[in-house]
Amino acid sequence: MSDVKSVLMVGVGGQGTILAGKILSLGLMAAGHDVKMSEVHGMAQRGGSVSNQVRFGERVFSPIIGKGQADILVAFEKMEALRWLEYLKPTGVAVVNDFQIPSGPILVGQRDYPADILEELRSRVNTVVVQASEIAAGLGNVRAMNLVLLGALVQCLQLNPDDFTAEIARSVKPSTIELNLAAFYAGMAAVR
Amino acid sequence: MMKKLLTGNEAIAQGAWEAGVIYAAAYPGTPSTEILENIAEFKNDILAEWAPNEKVALEAAIGVSVVGGRSLSAMKMVGVNVAADPLFSFAYSGVNGGLVLVSADDPGCHSSQNEQDNRYYAKFAKIAMVEPSDSQEAKDMVKAALAISEEFDTPVLLRVTTRICHSKSIVETGPREPAPKKPYQRDVLKYDLVPATVRIRRVAVEARLGRLRNFTETTELNRVEWHDRRIGVITSGVGYQYAREVFGDGASYLKLGFTFPLPLQKIRSFAAAVETLYVVEELEPYLEEQIKAAGIPCVGKEKIPAIGELSPDIVAQALTGVRDPFPDTDPARVVARPPLLCAGCPHRGFFYELSKIKDLMVTGDIGCYSLGGNAPLNAKDTCICMGASISMGHGVQKLYDRLGQSTRTVAVIGDSTFFHSGMTSLLHVAYNRGNVVTCIMDNRTTGMTGHQENPGSGFTLRGEPAPEADIPAIVRALGIKAVRTVNPLDLAEVREALTWALALSEPAVIITRWPCVLKKWSERDRREFGGPAKCVIRTDLCIGCQKCVKTGCPALRFDKSRRKTSIDPVQCTGCTVCLQVCPVKAISKAGE
Repeated sequence: MSDVKSVLMVGVGGQGTILAGKILSLGLMAAGHDVKMSEVHGMAQRGGSVSNQVRFGERVFSPIIGKGQADILVAFEKMEALRWLEYLKPTGVAVVNDFQIPSGPILVGQRDYPADILEELRSRVNTVVVQASEIAAGLGNVRAMNLVLLGALVQCLQLNPDDFTAEIARSVKPSTIELNLAAFYAGMAAVR
Repeated sequence: MMKKLLTGNEAIAQGAWEAGVIYAAAYPGTPSTEILENIAEFKNDILAEWAPNEKVALEAAIGVSVVGGRSLSAMKMVGVNVAADPLFSFAYSGVNGGLVLVSADDPGCHSSQNEQDNRYYAKFAKIAMVEPSDSQEAKDMVKAALAISEEFDTPVLLRVTTRICHSKSIVETGPREPAPKKPYQRDVLKYDLVPATVRIRRVAVEARLGRLRNFTETTELNRVEWHDRRIGVITSGVGYQYAREVFGDGASYLKLGFTFPLPLQKIRSFAAAVETLYVVEELEPYLEEQIKAAGIPCVGKEKIPAIGELSPDIVAQALTGVRDPFPDTDPARVVARPPLLCAGCPHRGFFYELSKIKDLMVTGDIGCYSLGGNAPLNAKDTCICMGASISMGHGVQKLYDRLGQSTRTVAVIGDSTFFHSGMTSLLHVAYNRGNVVTCIMDNRTTGMTGHQENPGSGFTLRGEPAPEADIPAIVRALGIKAVRTVNPLDLAEVREALTWALALSEPAVIITRWPCVLKKWSERDRREFGGPAKCVIRTDLCIGCQKCVKTGCPALRFDKSRRKTSIDPVQCTGCTVCLQVCPVKAISKAGE
């Protein structure tokens, strides 16, 4: 019925989720799509769970999706993938960074970080695991993992990478353009 | 014309600029904060200011309007409560230059202490209201609102919600259309609201409402989209987008952009042309109540939740009974990720010491330090509204003292919140000889909303140097004699100050002075507070007692199997709170 695609990016405050969503949105707009992007602000910077939704197509109405409505879920942290899994279509794809950030109750030893998350995700949906932090670290800076995941997302959605490279150059510090572009291409290659 | 991807807040700023606004003022508050931050980017054309609170912001904008300039004031929904006093009376005066008040509501309480629906303010104050559904409309409606304001002599409420403020969509931008200042002529029968004037203006308000009732029937802000007529949907704000998402062209829409007063004739004829009429609106049945009161049957809140945010799937489930399938999960497997005080947060040391005091009531306030009530610190009892910590604490202590109960009370408030409305509360304490201990947590910025300047920070919204309000001097001037300033990261100093203050039989104020770790430190901050550092732990010395992790620092990680703590060097800022609580001196400053 509708050609609109919905992307849900989730992570933890400070992981660069919002920047990745911004680059995705600008690239999609430059490619001629109608785009809406919605993010949750507020206390996100203080280590909370962060979500960012991007919807694009011929004409987009709602800036947000509900449960079972994302075509692709990109989790920058793997427990966040589990937290947001209900928002994915049963036929959708989960792109998951094999990376864990313990939350407050885990840090103080009240709870354990959930075991076997990747296995659980694989048993429920089509799951693509990306070693984004290792790839980014290999390129020189672990913080570039957001661009690795953006690259993986662009590849999974079969989008044209050229629509995004100019936005990457405009959106990051000039001294890190090369690193971020390398991270973006490495992310594409990782899921090809 | 240029196409840009803008948030609703950015679009409102763009609209204000295009419409010739010359003055804007606000107090930061999620989800409204970025409106003024973006308006401040138009440095040459708009004078943008942070006010100490929303009442002051609106009053300054009113002053500009009265003498003939176009002005805007923006605030989160609870800020309108603070600004309600000038709003209701200015509604009688009316404008000279156009005035727009932006109310940014927060359905779902992402970052708020209640879920009020501020559309009722327009009806209550009898002023015009517009409600955009996306960023393009947000921009266009600022311009429309200013024109309506001047044509109908009314302040206009531009009501947005979190999803409008913080969602990006494509906006066509245009040039600035200058709106020269209108002449001001003294007119006491309009602007000097003494009772004799008020009685005249009271009649004028009703006459204005009559003219607005005609306007709302004809304005293009209220438009019909005809498709399938078996279902009709009346909607406003982001609800329109959700309804379109659910029904597509399978329903007809009456999309309301001008929502006070409502176009009841238009609604009546739309209702007559459809078989089933739904009202899709977030939060309260604001439209529905008025539609039903006009004798027009419709289906609304008996199906659509009034609590929390809506989304396309919630609207679909409510009105069609169909919900998209979604993957099963076991929520019990996922551990909560509550927001935490940051690594190095100056509030941590203070709350750590506060949490150890027995027989204590702690009244809190609005800001990052509201997190001091969470585990593992658990050092706070209440949070009501801006400034309430001190006045509530005063009431608590007065009753305990009256009853001869030994319980002591500490009020905890941030610097910006103190300037907002804590000063009058503290005056109440001093004036009435209260005995609450007030702790002003001065982190040199407005932290929670993203580091806005404030009267104590030394800079304005435009980045210009400003006089620094002197908190100890203010406190003394209010009549408080027992005043101390401490370093909140020095636990012994905090402990000693709290012991001293709690033993006094007069009101005391403790000021904790240390900058927020996330804020951009100024040259002055570096001179006063030093440079960055790191703490390191010697694992061989760690005995696994977990005293350090009980400070709730996210840079500390306890490994249950090895029974050892580690410190994340990326997050650690060397605040040394963990170092001070370690009983075996396993933690030290790197390089020492």
